[in-house]
Amino acid sequence: MKYKLTLLGLLFSFFVVAQSKNQTAVIDVDGVCGMCKSRIEKACLQTKGVKLANWNVETHQLKLIFNNQKTDLDAIKSNIASVGHDTDNYKATEEAYMSVNMCCRYRDEKVVQEHK
Amino acid sequence: MKRFCFFYYDKFFYIICCLFLTSNNTHLLAQDNLGGQVYEVAEDGKSYGLFGANVYWQDSNIGIFTDEDGGFEIDYESTTHKNLIISYVGFKTDTLSITSNKFIKHQLIADNNLDEIEISVKEKASKQSYLTPTNTIFVSSDELLKAACCNLSESFETNPSIDVNFADAISGTKQIKMLGLTSPYILVSTENVPSVRGASQAYGMSFIPGTWIESIQVTKGTGSVVNGYESIAGQINAELQKPSKDYSFFLNAFGSTAERFELNLHVNQKVSDKLDTGIYLHGNLLKTKHDVNKDGFMDMPNYNQINFLNRWEYKDLENGIIGFLNLRILNDNKLSGQTNFDPNNHKFSETYWGSEINTKRYEIASKLGYVNPFLPYQSLGVQLSFSSHQQDSCFGLRSFDILQNSLYANIIYNSIISDSRHKIKTGFTFSADSYNESVYDIVYDRDESAIGSFFEYNFDNLDNLNLTAGIRFDYHNLMGAFVTPRLHIRYTPWTKSSLKFAVGKGQRTANIFAENQKLFASNRSIEILNTNGKIYGLDHEVAWNYGVSFLQGFNLFNKKSDINIDYFITDFKNQVVVDYENPLLVRFYNLNGQSRANSFQFEFSQQTFKNFDLRLAYKYYEVTTDYLEGKKSMPLTPKHRFFANIGYELQSDLNDSEWKFDLTYNWNERQRLPNTSSSPDQFRQKEYAPSIGTMNFQVTKVFSKKFEIYFGGENITNVRQNNPIINAENPFDDYFDSTMIYGPIFGSMYYTGLRLKID
Repeated sequence: MKYKLTLLGLLFSFFVVAQSKNQTAVIDVDGVCGMCKSRIEKACLQTKGVKLANWNVETHQLKLIFNNQKTDLDAIKSNIASVGHDTDNYKATEEAYMSVNMCCRYRDEKVVQEHK
Repeated sequence: MKRFCFFYYDKFFYIICCLFLTSNNTHLLAQDNLGGQVYEVAEDGKSYGLFGANVYWQDSNIGIFTDEDGGFEIDYESTTHKNLIISYVGFKTDTLSITSNKFIKHQLIADNNLDEIEISVKEKASKQSYLTPTNTIFVSSDELLKAACCNLSESFETNPSIDVNFADAISGTKQIKMLGLTSPYILVSTENVPSVRGASQAYGMSFIPGTWIESIQVTKGTGSVVNGYESIAGQINAELQKPSKDYSFFLNAFGSTAERFELNLHVNQKVSDKLDTGIYLHGNLLKTKHDVNKDGFMDMPNYNQINFLNRWEYKDLENGIIGFLNLRILNDNKLSGQTNFDPNNHKFSETYWGSEINTKRYEIASKLGYVNPFLPYQSLGVQLSFSSHQQDSCFGLRSFDILQNSLYANIIYNSIISDSRHKIKTGFTFSADSYNESVYDIVYDRDESAIGSFFEYNFDNLDNLNLTAGIRFDYHNLMGAFVTPRLHIRYTPWTKSSLKFAVGKGQRTANIFAENQKLFASNRSIEILNTNGKIYGLDHEVAWNYGVSFLQGFNLFNKKSDINIDYFITDFKNQVVVDYENPLLVRFYNLNGQSRANSFQFEFSQQTFKNFDLRLAYKYYEVTTDYLEGKKSMPLTPKHRFFANIGYELQSDLNDSEWKFDLTYNWNERQRLPNTSSSPDQFRQKEYAPSIGTMNFQVTKVFSKKFEIYFGGENITNVRQNNPIINAENPFDDYFDSTMIYGPIFGSMYYTGLRLKID
């Protein structure tokens, strides 16, 4: 498998060049719906250096690709928290949390049940 | 620790909080580090470290990611940290019970079920997107099952955005229109490779069997630049069945009261983990000669078709490689004309008028896609296809033969600029077409080749704005060098709404004979009035298309409803005008003046009650061209149209059995007929053909996931055009003309069929 990868790497060398400073990460972010998804991803992408953010509504996992010379996970997580979404070690302030739509209040058990 | 959440507001506060925490939390003084490695065992039996796996303690906020080799080191405090959770997208999440500080080597098992999460929200069979910047309608396979849909050209009977014309008696093929313009102005592609064009323009859509189609995307306006410069009124892309997703066995049989029979057979087989193959076979047959209106001419042709497709699908998701290979063979024969016509005895004689159209097509198409597994927004796609299309035909004393060999190659690179809000697509296209054409004994041979590059930029602010700007530069041996710009904008002013603008340019060479084959079924003389151009003496066609649309979703009496309004203008800079305004002639000439198509559509759809869908549409077309004799509206194009479709599903709670009902009504206002004022009295037509309304229905009974039967009727009110052929008594004399078709010729037709699906 590895040699195949190497071959591909050679073929598309420009992919690899771009990759050296790119870091992939998967983190858990709390949320409930498609609106949350767009809010979370937007917060990530507005962090300079983040190239891709994809949050899964079902698993609550956020896949990130970012340039680790320009940003880091802490900065991204704190930006996510600042728009109202909890991550593992950065929690949204009450103020930020209350700024999300009523239907997105993921801390409310009733709201979570409604989305199931 | 939760009470400190408020301070996690920005980095500064975070640092303060951390200092605060560490100084107060005595447990942390006894802190240790636990090391380990997370790996997977690949198919080759070797183990590889997993980069970026999530490792964290249960009920804590302490977590980290593994490094390039899958290694990690995590804070460890034996009294509070018991369960270590390791998770990674695409793998099963594991929880390890930690009792002592030992190096952990842990294997994660791939979770193959990840792709199989089913979303059980009821999808509408056909829907407009709130999100895409282009005016695209997605037609799912559910919509295709609403009518018999024997082939692609018949798939749009239940869709108001596309107008399906009544089939003429000679070809029996339904032609489609969009924005009031005929199908040559629509780019029809299969899996994004332009397929119905050139020699196959007139009948090509009837050569794509309905069951082969997985879904259809219909774009109004010029659409994306990626698939070429030819689209003017719209793009229609048909996605074919994928061997890995289609049933391992599928059988569809169809029979109608017109004694038309069709058979579709799909067999799909998994060859290996990564390779799937499928064989798709279609056959149709109509042997009975019908002449309901007793004019001596068959109402629809006799035909037989064998259509064979073999697909290979290669999927290696780990390395991000997807490939397709299609091999296709088609043989189609049509026979029409006077019922007594026997091609062996009467061909090219004046005993009986008859027509034969024999088509053979070979096609090989391949697609290879590479998605960077580490950076999924980077991908490279290569499309390569070759086709040979040969049509030999005779119409009375006239012969028309055309052979087109065609090669198409497209390379597309997808990536982002800075982040995934800014997407780009860029690449190269090469196409070559060689035409050998003879009309009577006049030979028109032509070679076309074009090379071009395109660049498309998409901006999505993830909120209310999505914009696609594309540009192509092409060099064509007959059209020269030219630029094709296109722009699409989607703006969401408020919730559940979508406002779209589109502007774009398209251009093409017109294959005047292949596109207007119906003219051969008349005794009109053909005149090409220009001689200086490079395509039959004519210039190429250039048009700009402008469009605006507004989509609004709302609740009316608590029912989910949608309103869609759109307005499009197509403005031809040059057009090859097809002029039927003299009953003895068909004239082709370059546009001198203005040619415009204005189209307005209002559509309302609603889920009136559970499982009951209603769709209403009103369409207004104003298509005018400056003919030699002055400005006129396009003949056989009604100004006002009305469309209604209702669908109802009756589901049983006990098993998978289901009833589905579907009813479609189409109404066309009076249509202008080509000018016949110079004809003798008995052949002179009225200025306008009467308005016409037709109704189709279908009922499907689903017995189980494996078996269903359906029956339906087309034109159930039995509307007929009375004299579809002018001067049918003397088909070898002047004024014989079967081109003025504005209504059904055959009358009502009923059909039944079955579908058998085995997974």
